[in-house]
Amino acid sequence: MGLIGFEAAFHTSNSIVSGSLLQTLVQFEHLMEIVKQVSSNFQCFSSLRHDDLKEMLDSNKDSLKLEAMKRIVAMIARGKNTSDLFPAVVKNVACKNIEVKKLVYVYLVRYAEEQQDLALLSISTFQRGLKDPNQLIRASALRVLSSIRVTIIVPIMMLAIKEAASDMSPYVRKTAAHAIPKLYSLDPEQKDQLIEVIEKLLADKTTLVAGSVVMAFEEVCPERIDLIHKNYRKLCNLLIDVEEWGQVVIINMLTRYARTQFLNPNMNEEKDKKAEAPAMAKRKPYVMDPDHRLLLRNTKPLLQSRNAAVVMAVAQLYFHLAPKAEVGVIAKALVRLLRSHSEVQYVVLQNVATMSIKRRGMFEPYLKSFYIRSTDPTQIKVLKLEVLTNLANETNISTILREFQTYIKSMDKDFVAATIQAIGRCATNIGEVRDTCLNGLVQLLSNRDELVVAESVVVIKKLLQMQPEKHSDIIKHMAKLTDNIQVPMARASILWLIGEYCEHVPKIAPDVLRKMAKSFTNEEDIVKLQIINLAAKLYLTNSKQTKLLTQYVLNLAKYDQNYDIRDRARFIRQLIVPTEKSGALSKYAKKLFLALKPAPVLESPFKDRDHFQLGSLSHLLNAKAGGYQELPDWPEAAPDPSVRNVEVKDSVRAVGTVIYRDTGVLWALQGPQKVEGSEGCSCPRARKHERKSKQRKSESESESDEEEDSESESSQTESEDSESEAEVKKKKKVLKKTHFKHSSHANMYRPFLHLLLCLQTISPSSALKSYEMLHRITGEGLSVEYCFSRQPFSPDANMVAVQMQFTNNATSDTKNLHMEDVKLQSGMRVKEFPEIELLPAGEMVTAVMGIDFCDSTQAANFQLCTHTRKFFVSIQPPVGELMRPVFLTENEFKKEQGQLMGMNEITEKITLDVKCRNEHSIVQRVITAANLSRVPCGSDKECRFAGRTVTSSSLVLVTVATKEEGAAKLTINCEKMVIGTMLVKDILLALTQ
Amino acid sequence: MIHSLFLINASGDIFLEKHWKSVVSRSVCDYFFEAQERATEPENVPPVIPTPHHYLISVLRHRIYFVAVIQSEVPPLFVIEFLHRVVDTFQDYFGVCTEAAIKDNVVVVYELLEEMLDNGFPLATESNILKELIKPPTILRTMVNTITGSTNVGEQLPTGQLSVVPWRRTGVKYTNNEAYFDVVEEIDAIIDKSGSTITAEIQGVIDACVKLTGMPDLTLSFMNPRLLDDVSFHPCVRFKRWEAERILSFIPPDGNFRLLSYHVSSQNLVAIPVYIKHNITFREGSSQGRFDLTLGPKQTMGKAVESVLVSSQLPRGVLNANLNPSQGTYTFDPVTKMLSWDVGKINPQKLPSLKGTMSLQAGASKPDENPTINIQLKIQQMAISGLKVNRLDMYGEKYKPFKGIKYMTKAGKFQVRT
Repeated sequence: MGLIGFEAAFHTSNSIVSGSLLQTLVQFEHLMEIVKQVSSNFQCFSSLRHDDLKEMLDSNKDSLKLEAMKRIVAMIARGKNTSDLFPAVVKNVACKNIEVKKLVYVYLVRYAEEQQDLALLSISTFQRGLKDPNQLIRASALRVLSSIRVTIIVPIMMLAIKEAASDMSPYVRKTAAHAIPKLYSLDPEQKDQLIEVIEKLLADKTTLVAGSVVMAFEEVCPERIDLIHKNYRKLCNLLIDVEEWGQVVIINMLTRYARTQFLNPNMNEEKDKKAEAPAMAKRKPYVMDPDHRLLLRNTKPLLQSRNAAVVMAVAQLYFHLAPKAEVGVIAKALVRLLRSHSEVQYVVLQNVATMSIKRRGMFEPYLKSFYIRSTDPTQIKVLKLEVLTNLANETNISTILREFQTYIKSMDKDFVAATIQAIGRCATNIGEVRDTCLNGLVQLLSNRDELVVAESVVVIKKLLQMQPEKHSDIIKHMAKLTDNIQVPMARASILWLIGEYCEHVPKIAPDVLRKMAKSFTNEEDIVKLQIINLAAKLYLTNSKQTKLLTQYVLNLAKYDQNYDIRDRARFIRQLIVPTEKSGALSKYAKKLFLALKPAPVLESPFKDRDHFQLGSLSHLLNAKAGGYQELPDWPEAAPDPSVRNVEVKDSVRAVGTVIYRDTGVLWALQGPQKVEGSEGCSCPRARKHERKSKQRKSESESESDEEEDSESESSQTESEDSESEAEVKKKKKVLKKTHFKHSSHANMYRPFLHLLLCLQTISPSSALKSYEMLHRITGEGLSVEYCFSRQPFSPDANMVAVQMQFTNNATSDTKNLHMEDVKLQSGMRVKEFPEIELLPAGEMVTAVMGIDFCDSTQAANFQLCTHTRKFFVSIQPPVGELMRPVFLTENEFKKEQGQLMGMNEITEKITLDVKCRNEHSIVQRVITAANLSRVPCGSDKECRFAGRTVTSSSLVLVTVATKEEGAAKLTINCEKMVIGTMLVKDILLALTQ
Repeated sequence: MIHSLFLINASGDIFLEKHWKSVVSRSVCDYFFEAQERATEPENVPPVIPTPHHYLISVLRHRIYFVAVIQSEVPPLFVIEFLHRVVDTFQDYFGVCTEAAIKDNVVVVYELLEEMLDNGFPLATESNILKELIKPPTILRTMVNTITGSTNVGEQLPTGQLSVVPWRRTGVKYTNNEAYFDVVEEIDAIIDKSGSTITAEIQGVIDACVKLTGMPDLTLSFMNPRLLDDVSFHPCVRFKRWEAERILSFIPPDGNFRLLSYHVSSQNLVAIPVYIKHNITFREGSSQGRFDLTLGPKQTMGKAVESVLVSSQLPRGVLNANLNPSQGTYTFDPVTKMLSWDVGKINPQKLPSLKGTMSLQAGASKPDENPTINIQLKIQQMAISGLKVNRLDMYGEKYKPFKGIKYMTKAGKFQVRT
């Protein structure tokens, strides 16, 4: 039934084509074959439920087809699988009804990846569309064609993109730019060719294309900064007229660009702080590159954009690039965004929090805009609190504390807890208010809510450490609280406090120990540890009263269930109780336990987050996200600015598109009577160009023309800079005369820069190592390599994705490549790769299979079959591939690590390889060795990584702590000891060789 | 950029999914559900959630979570702003953006999403272009479509995408040419216990409804433009003209749009239109609390204060409230402890009040917390900052349009602490 309908449809659709008959026939035969296969397949297992839909699709009434397509799309939207309808749907691709056609496209793009062969049937329709005289049809054909994720059509796509990139219509060129990342993700091998297309499109002068091509640039070759030079000024000038989404992408890219090309505008100030007199002599006066100024000037108006993402992009650009005195302008715009949706607030506040640490003055005038309302969601409240705390200084602290006082009465207890911590931070940072804060917190100790009391105890503990002798009454007060407070953290804090300052409360301390000894067995682990500490400290200072109690506590601890507590008890007993065997250490026990401890520093979690580019996902998560491009440090000396000089060509094409918005001001100012019809309005600008070209003919020095032109436009707004700019201009003219000499210098420099940039980015994809599965000699011309792609294997999350690359080196085609006779250890599972029907001679094809290794390094053995031969092959995973990265915060990491001690911890002392002594290379090597993600860490001596095993999701925690002279300690915590030991070996190898 | 989008309703069902690249299994939403469980309130779900292979960025609107799946670095605001734009578009198309409306129009929704993103990068987000491509469903059109079998998809090609003024269609025609502008200001304020203002700001917008034939070029000027401290514009406004002359010059989009939003700085004194006298006390040991509220007009420049609504979240210990309003009606929800009092218009001769007692849990100690009082209100025909439009001129077309300007003041986030 289905067959007849298909044939009919095929005839009707093809009768329009004026293509060669032969080609049609070949296609037809091919199609018949596939249809036969498919329909026989579907008769077996497809249920009856879609039969009515098929019937409707086969009918020749458009309304029925439309109805059917609507129902199918509704099913797709709900996530139902409708792939069995593929053959019935795809033949409607050439349907006359425009809505049916569109819905078929939707369907096709969704399922083409799964039904690659059938999807090919539709390709010819799109190829025809690419030649259509109407630009919109050409564009939409390219759009759908490039969205079909079928590897076989990569060459067709490449051709289509190249052709579209030189299309007359800017809209088609825009679509070509959009298609570039699609093709790249389908086949990264095309990179070099795609870069050529990108280079070509970057030179395009229309606003329509600019955003899309920079997007493609960022996805395909963000390291090729050299491609931007020639287009830099053009991009800056077009920016205001580019559509808003493109603006975001361009601004972010230009931020990175500027960081590599210009000098730090704040360099003199920063030097002042570090080195005083000697640096003064050497210091050169800073002159801003006019291109740097151009960027700042042209982005500033975008702070007024209605799009929050654009405002944020400009804000981060100013934060990273502008001279200190000018950064202030962004504050107002960011504060405005706080009126927006709560999600926008959340992101903006995170960024404001980071900025407010570095440049507090900027937000101080807006202090009140960060005041908290009871209706704010808790996460917003906490972030605002963070900002308020960062903004606190001697002058405004009293208002801030008054504000905090009202917050403490809030009904939202999480928020109250955060407020108490904020008070603690203000108190440590600003000495004048320490006593006031402490008194306020002590009052909170009588609060009814236990959480509030507990939080106060913890904060008071930290504050008291700064000057304990003055506050023995507070310690006494807190000692009384042990009867009531149940929150373990708070109990532990009180006990620590009493132990530490037992000399200030000599009468109460032993009594507290007595009570604690009584309840020891029922306490939480952290409390138990602190009881042992208290006992030890009391024993050392007041052994007369507490000797027996201490013995008792230590005995209880000796038989505790937690080995950590047992260890601690054993250790302390040896240390403090003198026996004949005890070593030299016990003499110093008192010094060890009661050493003066430095007061804790309460720091903002947002400190030093600005090493991530602000506004980025990585900044928000405080962890490097995939594909994040590191913001480079300023160069020591500015690279040659002449690389950005451009020969002025005819830019007539650009004229029409920019005229209506800001450049339109020119004619708007001249009076509206000139504006009749859309053609007339482009006059002034066009005339200007004419004038320019005339000048060009007469003058030989053409470049300076455009230069001056852009400068003069802006001179009213930036009068203060004009002097320095004039200077630079003079210099530039000199430079231009010696242009030829310089260009050779620039060329030398560029690859070097490129190299630098490459080194700075660690992308996991570059770390992929491939293994040989079948050598081409044993494989009789067929060679197979595999690598662990580290991508999620979508059909089954417990499987490791293995990407295989088949290369046919023989002279004849290989057919029906598939796998058979899989031999596995128990528990292991394999998802086979789809059969590769044909691998022509000299071609290469990749396939992905999934293997569940059950967290073991046992090999998966199977036979690889072609139409003639069978090969025994096996895949053995290195242990590092049996895990997937997870994201942990520093605290989570520590907590998890605390639970994986003892047997689950493996430590190894290593000497790092000479080339691998900086943090960067350690991270790179560890990540290459194992599929882990980095955990943020406060200290720069430690690198931490976390992952989970793929099958059982057991945590794998890796710590590399470096010491002097390349010595380091490698620690691995993992529940699965086998994995742990094997991983130690692998990482050891990676770090020492 | 954006890989996939999932729409999740309040009860945790994924009722729509759309993929722009290869399909991402919906099991990725489990991470979202986990985060949702951890957050106590729906609005406390973090907007960005990292998972092992993806990042989830979500917005919550109209009790629907719009969850976008991202695979690599992208500015989070980019995605958030886009998702909000999607919601705005749905609202524009269907009038409301509810689960039912989306389910009823699932095909239109799908077509819209298909046009708005290409390979995860925004393509057409301008409502004018979208409306040219896909016509919004109306009752009349649905009826006609079912009878004649014609479609919602625009027959002509989307020339707007090629236009140099992408926000405006060509060939617009009206018999009555009208341009209306609404100046709406909102007061954000925090008033402390004693009635003094802690912070007060004015946020304003100018919403426009322009139905003019052809390609009109409008200029709008203010009597006192210096009042505007910080502004953000619709892309149609020529920025340099504003910089130089403080005049809004633009070719308007067709239909409704937001021309401008602005901020009047907190340096200027902000007039607070109402005052509130309150006495909310709980006595130690008794299971009763006193509740006493009186509202009155303050600086209203002779205009009436209307649609007043007072709401307050009472402490958890309050079991019930027995109150007596002098006007309007009040409700108290014993589950959420939300008290709301619909006052209506304030009559300066007879001030509205709400008095009575609250019953507390017997034996429980008195609550520490003081409830805050939120106020909503409206004042017609006045912009509280004093902003005034001077004149509106049209160039480029020959006819004479009908022009209208309306002012209104509302309370934004207006809170009184007690």
